[in-house]
Amino acid sequence: MSTSNYIKVDPPEGYSSPGLFATTFDKVVGLARKNSIWPLPFATSCCGIEFMATMGAHYDLGRFGAERLSFSPRQADLLMVMGTIAKKMAPVVQQIYVQMAEPRWVIAVGACAASGGIFDTYSVLQGIDRIVPVDVYVPGCPPRPEQIIDGFMKVQELVGKESLRRRYSKEYKDLLESYGIR
Amino acid sequence: MDNTFITGKLKTRFTEGILYVNEHEDMLTVVVAREVIHEVIRFLKENESLGFTFLTTLCGIHYPDQELQLGVVYHLHRFSDNTRIRIKTFLPLGNPVVPTVTDLFSGANWMERETFDFYGILFDGHPNLKRILNVEYLDYFPMRKEYTLEDPTREDKDNRFFGR
Repeated sequence: MSTSNYIKVDPPEGYSSPGLFATTFDKVVGLARKNSIWPLPFATSCCGIEFMATMGAHYDLGRFGAERLSFSPRQADLLMVMGTIAKKMAPVVQQIYVQMAEPRWVIAVGACAASGGIFDTYSVLQGIDRIVPVDVYVPGCPPRPEQIIDGFMKVQELVGKESLRRRYSKEYKDLLESYGIR
Repeated sequence: MDNTFITGKLKTRFTEGILYVNEHEDMLTVVVAREVIHEVIRFLKENESLGFTFLTTLCGIHYPDQELQLGVVYHLHRFSDNTRIRIKTFLPLGNPVVPTVTDLFSGANWMERETFDFYGILFDGHPNLKRILNVEYLDYFPMRKEYTLEDPTREDKDNRFFGR
């Protein structure tokens, strides 16, 4: 048996006996999804530079199964908005979100994406949660790669625990409706 | 060619149109009436002894304490001996119209759109005078000094994030 040092994930909760393992479908799908998230980086400023470090060999987001960035929203699972979003760019961010296939998650990296940050001004969107629903906020100006990884692991937690029916629920549809997204 | 030569040329040609001349850090500043601004720039560009053939920049300015509050500032450059000149003209807030210089310098197109975008200065004869940097639905001119530093009428701010 080879002694390769690839990372194995823990199995979900379930019942096991020799030659048998029983668990719920939700948990298996969640396990697969959370360890193969394809992020779409939407980097507009210095938080994007921190993300480049996060993707690099030293911090290596690949350890979490996310080394495959998707530069097309069609194949992406996670929209990572990193940096200041001007009001003129808001419809672009929203369109990218709309183009992503369900299930989709959003992480707002840095103070600007979360709240407008220091740009308390007429031309800057005061937080991307005004145009798309956000799952995880990462504070910092800019956040360290460790913080981005922490935020990413929070997203993994959400992905792993998500019920398969959540996206069909009335609450979720109402949420999208409140953003004017169909 | 020194600045007195340029000043003399302009004063001979435009007399009353030249309102004020000043020299700061070797750079000539000439304030002209808006009625002659287009002709002044054409003269500086096309007169053989002047030849300011490059428009470095064009921008707006707002002095709320002046009678003519809004201004347009043009910087011209002559490459042959690296001379620069600054031309200003001032306009009333109620009627901020100034002739375009896009017929003389094509590069003025986006600069004039930017000046319109931020100060609401209307460039008469501009081929496409619409907002360039701000969102289209903005219904005011943000660089005018008409607003308090923190605009209390804004509804897009979340007080939780600003310690309020």
